[in-house]
Amino acid sequence: MTNLTVEASELTRIYGGREAVSNVSFNLTQGQVLGFLGPNGAGKSTTMKMLTGNLAPSAGSVKICGIDMIENPKEAKALIGYLPEMRPLYKEFTVDEYLTIAARLHRVPSRNIKKAVENAKERCGLTHMSKRLIENLSNGYQQRVGIAQAIIHNPMVVILDEPTVGLDPIQIRDIRSLIREIGSDHSVILSTHILPEVEMVCDHVQIIDKGNLVFNGGIDVLKRQRIGNKLLIGFKHAPQTADLLQIVGVSEAEAIDKNMIRVRFAENSMPHEAIVQAAVKNGWGLFQIAPDQTSLEDVFVQLTYQDAALAEASAA
Amino acid sequence: MILNVARKELKSVFSSPMGWIILALLMFAFGTYYLNGVNDYFEVMSGAIRPAERYGVTQFVGQTVYGLASFIMLFAVPLLSMRLISEERRSQTLPFLFSAPLSLTEIVLGKFVGLIAFLSILIVYIALMLCTLNIWSDIDFGYILANSLGLFLLVASFSALGLYFSSLTSQPVVAAILSFIALFALMILDRFFAGDPSNTMAQLSLMKHFQSFAGGLIDTADIAYFVLFITTFLILTIRRLDADRLRG
Repeated sequence: MTNLTVEASELTRIYGGREAVSNVSFNLTQGQVLGFLGPNGAGKSTTMKMLTGNLAPSAGSVKICGIDMIENPKEAKALIGYLPEMRPLYKEFTVDEYLTIAARLHRVPSRNIKKAVENAKERCGLTHMSKRLIENLSNGYQQRVGIAQAIIHNPMVVILDEPTVGLDPIQIRDIRSLIREIGSDHSVILSTHILPEVEMVCDHVQIIDKGNLVFNGGIDVLKRQRIGNKLLIGFKHAPQTADLLQIVGVSEAEAIDKNMIRVRFAENSMPHEAIVQAAVKNGWGLFQIAPDQTSLEDVFVQLTYQDAALAEASAA
Repeated sequence: MILNVARKELKSVFSSPMGWIILALLMFAFGTYYLNGVNDYFEVMSGAIRPAERYGVTQFVGQTVYGLASFIMLFAVPLLSMRLISEERRSQTLPFLFSAPLSLTEIVLGKFVGLIAFLSILIVYIALMLCTLNIWSDIDFGYILANSLGLFLLVASFSALGLYFSSLTSQPVVAAILSFIALFALMILDRFFAGDPSNTMAQLSLMKHFQSFAGGLIDTADIAYFVLFITTFLILTIRRLDADRLRG
């Protein structure tokens, strides 16, 4: 059975006549991690604000576990943990004080508050910082406090706006595993600029550009698009491209420089072995053979660019 | 929930020296006036020969202290109320409250109650201080009660107005100046219409409504005025915050 945790339908937000987000619809089920990608000013944060009830949508609706955000905001908000782009930290408090307040405001029963605070600190690696003023913490630790605040009441949906900004690589790894862990029993939505991050933690990706959803699907779809049917082969004595084309399955060959050749092969064929055998037989001096991956960046640019091209075409 | 927000506000006032210093300074000022009042009482009363000129020590000392208190609060409340919302706006912490399961009314009322609770400490202290007169004399508790209630309502009105101005801007200092000017104008409004006390504008003056409490009279009309004043500004604040959500 799939449990829908977030249902956003036709979300639209108009700022002074300009649509910052237009007609964005998506669903999220329990146990999913959704990555939100997009260039600057695409409407990621606006969408997140609407999901958390910080901003009223101009049209459309948001439902959290079936509860409408506009009609029953209190009940819906109780199910959400939100870390905005700017960390909402009261710097005059210590970590313990701040998290206690967060727990109290999120209606954690008073006998469980202490446990909830300890738990959140442990998950975010803050235990040894309990008595420090938030003001005096480093950027990365402040970010952890922000995340701890969002998960303290064990919400059904955790929404994180760029959670790994300002963290060092080890912390980023910890936070990513934390996100995965939360994502296994709850739902997580996170926005980020870092594309490999999406590949590592998300199982669902949405790309938003100029307020429109340009891609919405599983991470494997994006990965497939990325890997493609291409090989990058290195020869010490590179053959003519025509020689390679004679091998069964190879549909295209393109010399990049003196030694490297990029080969495209037909779907469902595996010419790898044949290429190696030919190389050995003819003494081409094979030293490298690897799948040629387009970077996620390329896919991303392609998708956002495609949309612009499409818009131009329809305008013409 | 309102209390939880209020607790947070109180904690934040006392987490910096600001809260303690304001309490200490104000109590020092009130204490000095109280002592002066007690000293002067004998001097003035021994000079007053006719019985009609004599009046009780409660009223004599009370009117000095409460007169000063109502005036000083005019400065103290804007300083305390300025940071309530504008500080949160500036450091972008409002989403923390907005995304918690709280209604806007609860947030605004919580902040209001937090500030009032802090200021009530002063009002209770003043009342206790005056009650010490009872050790060597028979004092008029009703007078102190009326004055405390009046001061409480006055301070609550100041806070409501300060809270509203704090919600308008993201600069705490601007909020303080604006609320100080507005409060000052409302305080001295009745002076402008001194020649015509029945004028409607004069009725709007905060000071005019505090006068009857200062004389020891609890008048429902004045209570109604203060309650309406507070409600108006709290509703305006809620609407202002709601506009944030709607217009962004």
